[in-house]
Amino acid sequence: MGFWEQFADITLSTIKDVIPIAIIIFGFQFCVIRRRITNLRKVLVGFVYVVIGLALFLLGLEKALFPIGRLMAEQLTDPDFIRSWSDSSVAVFHWSDYFWVYIFAFTIGASTTIAEPSLIAVAMKANEVSGGTIGVWGLRIAVAVGVAIGISLGTWRIVTGYPIYWFIIAGYIAVVIQTFFAPKMIVPLAYDSGGVTTSTVTVPLVAALGLGLAETVPGRSALIDGFGLIAFASLFPIITVMAYAQIAALRTKRNKIVD
Amino acid sequence: MKAGVFALSRSMLGSLRDLAPIVLVIAFFQLVVLQQPIPDFFNLLIGFFCVVAGLTFFIYGLEMGLFPIGGSMAYEFARKGSLFWLLVFAFALGVGTTVAEPALIAVAAEAAQVAAAGGMIDAGVQSQMEYASGLRYTVAFSVGFALVLGVLRILKGWSIQYMIVVGYMLVVVMTFFAPKEIIGIAYDSGGVTTSTITVPLVTALGVGLASSIKGRNPMIDGFGLIAFASLSPMIFVMAYGMLV
Repeated sequence: MGFWEQFADITLSTIKDVIPIAIIIFGFQFCVIRRRITNLRKVLVGFVYVVIGLALFLLGLEKALFPIGRLMAEQLTDPDFIRSWSDSSVAVFHWSDYFWVYIFAFTIGASTTIAEPSLIAVAMKANEVSGGTIGVWGLRIAVAVGVAIGISLGTWRIVTGYPIYWFIIAGYIAVVIQTFFAPKMIVPLAYDSGGVTTSTVTVPLVAALGLGLAETVPGRSALIDGFGLIAFASLFPIITVMAYAQIAALRTKRNKIVD
Repeated sequence: MKAGVFALSRSMLGSLRDLAPIVLVIAFFQLVVLQQPIPDFFNLLIGFFCVVAGLTFFIYGLEMGLFPIGGSMAYEFARKGSLFWLLVFAFALGVGTTVAEPALIAVAAEAAQVAAAGGMIDAGVQSQMEYASGLRYTVAFSVGFALVLGVLRILKGWSIQYMIVVGYMLVVVMTFFAPKEIIGIAYDSGGVTTSTITVPLVTALGVGLASSIKGRNPMIDGFGLIAFASLSPMIFVMAYGMLV
């Protein structure tokens, strides 16, 4: 398929995604609210920009990032590759033989989260609403670290085969405990940051990694164990964002005492 | 004009910086760990340029279109004081943005395969398709429900902690009763519902509502809609797995 054909294809499907949203928004605007939108032209141009931007973004990912990322996920989970780095001569791999997989999971989780458009949007809004107290980069890095920990832990779980709900329940307990100690202001934002991490960039790469791994490790089923990585990626940012606020609060407190 | 070009090139630089980590990670693994050449360099370059331009446009459009419309609609609803229509809007937005979400369609189809492999439903194409679309509508409904609940919370000023904790407890309890095959999918379904266009819109709506209503703090009350939208599908999908 040629470049322009592909671009037209993706643009069309993005428009298809936006149409229900546009119908709901403008429908309610005209039928229920019945007021003219201020700067209607600017808003419409903004919508067009969003569609073009998203289409270009997806096209670029499809052209550049996903093929090589998927290939990489396959190669890193390939038994021959793992054997070439492993010291043990036994046929069955120890979980530690998969160390490149964990490192890849960590770094790709963090780097794709930094580029996630919806996280950028939420960080911008949080920065604006908090009057600059919450830095755009602080939040994005905190979330990225959370996703990185989540995905590498998730890959480790696929290798070891421990049940997924142990991790999720343990994570929930951590979130509940932190909720009592974290600054009140951050709690809702932290909960939100779990949901925003996993959209356009992260999911396709992470899914490929999970499926590849579940196919390689003996005794795992791609259908059952391949799932679950996204859940890890949405739980751990909640913990790291609250931790980020807790550390920031602690530091201010200490500075005050020193002053 | 000159100022526009300047702003554009500055946000292009911002997008470049956002994408640099991915490039570094991929290059490191390809060249150092896997020790293979970069395939199809020319296409890679074009694709990379598209990603940078796309991200730049998206963020521009966000500030011009999505954020203002979300905020102004929230303000108008609050001024009008029509609770009914606000809740209908929240529900419609939740269902409408989720039901056609490509990631959800993909996950639902895979879930049907899992269910068939686990012997929960017939392996035939027909029953798998029915299962998948049932799941899709369940998730879409659950997101609509979540936004209604989240908007009510903002209006009433309920604190989010207790609601989320109750939600977590429901997830944990249901995990023990739901069929084993569905659990991974249920957990993942929370993550796939919130698309790139929905998130900014819903965030602007929540923050706008909390800023328009007296006595609400946009930081404490405005955020949290996304959290509901990613928690409630888990509960509904497990319930679906138990009932079907």
